[in-house]
Amino acid sequence: MKLIIAIIKPFKLEDVRDALVAVGVQGMTASEVKGYGRQKGHTEIYRGAEYAVNFLPKIRIEVAVPADRVATVIEAIIASAKTGQIGDGKIFVTTIDQAVRIRTGETDADAL
Amino acid sequence: MRRASTRMACGLAAALSLGFAALPALAQETTSRIDGADTAWMISATTLVLMMTIPGLALFYCGMVRKKNVLATMAQSVACTALCSLLWFAIGYSLSFIGDAPWLGTFERLFLRGIDMEATSAFAPTIPELLYVVYQMAFAIFTVALIAGAVADRMRFSAFLWFAAGWLIFVYVPIAHWVWGGGFLASAGALDFAGGTVVQLNAGIAGLIAAYVLGKRHGYGSDNFAPHDLSLAVIGMGMLWIGWLGFAGGSALGANARAAFAITATHLAASAGALSWMLLEWWTRRKPSVLGLITGAVAGLATITPASGFVLPWHGVIIGVIGGAICFCACTWVKGRLGYDDSLDVFGVHGVGGAAGTILTGVFAVAALSVSPDSPEGSSGLLEGNARQVLIQLYAVIAVLIWSGALTFVLLKAIEFFLPLRVSEQHEIEGLDLTQHGEAVQ
Repeated sequence: MKLIIAIIKPFKLEDVRDALVAVGVQGMTASEVKGYGRQKGHTEIYRGAEYAVNFLPKIRIEVAVPADRVATVIEAIIASAKTGQIGDGKIFVTTIDQAVRIRTGETDADAL
Repeated sequence: MRRASTRMACGLAAALSLGFAALPALAQETTSRIDGADTAWMISATTLVLMMTIPGLALFYCGMVRKKNVLATMAQSVACTALCSLLWFAIGYSLSFIGDAPWLGTFERLFLRGIDMEATSAFAPTIPELLYVVYQMAFAIFTVALIAGAVADRMRFSAFLWFAAGWLIFVYVPIAHWVWGGGFLASAGALDFAGGTVVQLNAGIAGLIAAYVLGKRHGYGSDNFAPHDLSLAVIGMGMLWIGWLGFAGGSALGANARAAFAITATHLAASAGALSWMLLEWWTRRKPSVLGLITGAVAGLATITPASGFVLPWHGVIIGVIGGAICFCACTWVKGRLGYDDSLDVFGVHGVGGAAGTILTGVFAVAALSVSPDSPEGSSGLLEGNARQVLIQLYAVIAVLIWSGALTFVLLKAIEFFLPLRVSEQHEIEGLDLTQHGEAVQ
């Protein structure tokens, strides 16, 4: 099983969700985060005081999928989250040792 | 012997009872001139001015600080409302508005004793004296609460409470007496309709001194101090603007045309100030900010404050434009150059605006607006040929500046002798909400 972590632009959340549902992913976790990569921040000015804001708001999505579905899911995320502008985000894939469904106690593949 | 003394006692008792019987008749002869319309308006004005502090100023300020200090900033407004109200009731009113010594009032109205249903103040003969007490109380509260903005994010709550109490008594009360309570500035002919010196300049200078004494915030100039939620500040400004119509209109102390002139000039000055700041910012920064819009409005309000009941509506527009522009410069260039950390620009907006407005009152005052039984010719300014008024206004500004600045400094140093004025650096970094109050905005 693999955990796919995607950092995307906040306004792309619904598009990515729709794309994942279309490829059969049944659940995901989304959180609001701040981050930066090559996309530089911006400057805010308050009554003459300037502040450099380096961290930009992003959304972090986590999806747990069987190993054979990883490529499909990554493709779906890229297609829906991409704008072509700097700051589109990144995708990371890690391995899950165990997964459990709390309500029923099902494990591993049955829990995804 | 005993018979003689008994007869004398009876005679005395009879005389006294006749005397007491006559007293109600005497009271009826000096019938108070309490007017229903004036009283109704002043009650409304009182609530409007109180709203300016809670929650107007509380919101205006808390929106501009960082999230970790939101509750602490609001606590300052609420606590000083409570504390200053009680102190005003106890001795503040009496020492400000009773008696005609040039420097300070008397203790005659200690704890408001002697105020009955018919009592009126010589300064507001058509409304109940108690209403005048409460109306002035709302002004005192607002002034003290204003200062908190200069020391936001770093002042110890306990020190602030001591400061609020001491400042009300030693700084606000004397100045209120000088300008409004028949003291030496009033005798000199200084014009201050709604508090350009007593409230705005007074709080502004105190804020500046306090900012210097407490020192800069940790991380000032390097860390991100961006306002946590400007929408709260906008709401707060709305309450300030609307409440200011009571601040100014109520200073006419009656439901009359002068109140209407004061309200109009005030409103136009706020509008002009907002646009003036907005345009300056658009020109210098290429973007008009919301913070600039609301600050400009408040700058306009602060500047028109002393002039509102003395000037015509179009004067209000000019005063608002000037106020917005001068305060914009004070908050950007001057502050940067002098390097003090006045967290929420109490000096830049209220201090500078109040001083400028007080002097402009001497320029624009129109005699027709201030005609009264005590002053049959009214008060005129430079434009009507009375250049001397500008000098009198300058005199008032200097007097208030010196007293407020010096006493604020002394008071802060005196408090510092007993407890630190600032929170520890670690607590400042963690935030005042958690460390001073044990609470957090989720």
